[in-house]
Amino acid sequence: MTDQTHSEETSTGISHNKLGMWVFLGSECLLFGALISTYLLYRGRFADGPAPGDIFDIPFTSVSSFVLLMSSLTMVLALSALQRGDERNNRLWLLTTALLGAVFVGGQVYEFTTFLREGLGYKTSPFSSAFFTLTGFHGVHVSLGVIFLMSLYVSSVRGNLHKERAETVELIGLYWHFVDIVWIFIFTVIYLVPSPTS
Amino acid sequence: MSTETEHIVESDKSDDEHVHEHPSDKKYFQIAGVLAILTALEVGTYFFEGIPGEILIPLLMIMMVVKFFYVAAWFMHLRFDNSLFMKFFVSGLVLASVVYAVFLTVFEFWHKG
Repeated sequence: MTDQTHSEETSTGISHNKLGMWVFLGSECLLFGALISTYLLYRGRFADGPAPGDIFDIPFTSVSSFVLLMSSLTMVLALSALQRGDERNNRLWLLTTALLGAVFVGGQVYEFTTFLREGLGYKTSPFSSAFFTLTGFHGVHVSLGVIFLMSLYVSSVRGNLHKERAETVELIGLYWHFVDIVWIFIFTVIYLVPSPTS
Repeated sequence: MSTETEHIVESDKSDDEHVHEHPSDKKYFQIAGVLAILTALEVGTYFFEGIPGEILIPLLMIMMVVKFFYVAAWFMHLRFDNSLFMKFFVSGLVLASVVYAVFLTVFEFWHKG
């Protein structure tokens, strides 16, 4: 008997769940493309409020970016462990990934709070609206990812996550890596490319 | 009949295993090392104020694309999985790039900078 992961026969010969996830991720490119384009259009329109070049804390955001990047490593290690049947290490890496994701979200909350204190609110300028919408949407994606990861962890602790269900971890992993890829783009285009100053 | 069925199952299984053959943990650490170095180089450009925009922006874009490629190919297994997954993902990516390039052109983004 083949394992559950590959037992389902499909017309394409590949997992429809996985195919569905890739179609979803392809559609997410359009969502984030819209938000990034809007930000690029409005980044120079900061009215009397703080300009992006004045307010971004690049060293702080670099650390957050590094944390999220490394969470992709721990995610793929979690999948690799489960595919080997090593449930203990799977749990360890799932928990580590969730923690790194939570650290990233915490950093974003800190950044938003600092910006608010410095006079950059959501409605301050077209720049601020576009910035908070883009990075906020990304933060929501990371937060959802953390919830998914914790669900997998709890499922594993209860003894319901075995090698046969590795595809479930792979699907959540694909989502997680995509969120990381989007941040790679945001970090470069929004933070590192020189921004206008007041 | 039974032998034939078993043979087909075995054949499918070996094809599947071939498609899903993933790299070792050591390879994942190596990829993460490359990503960390690229991120350090990207951040390093922030501290060198003398780099002109005509060089800095393409340099950052190249490093970003390389990081993007490494995560998608190795961590998301696009390099090893069925090519249909890549086709769907790249379709979304290309569609988004074209649509928003047109969008930015219409709003004269390239002209204004």
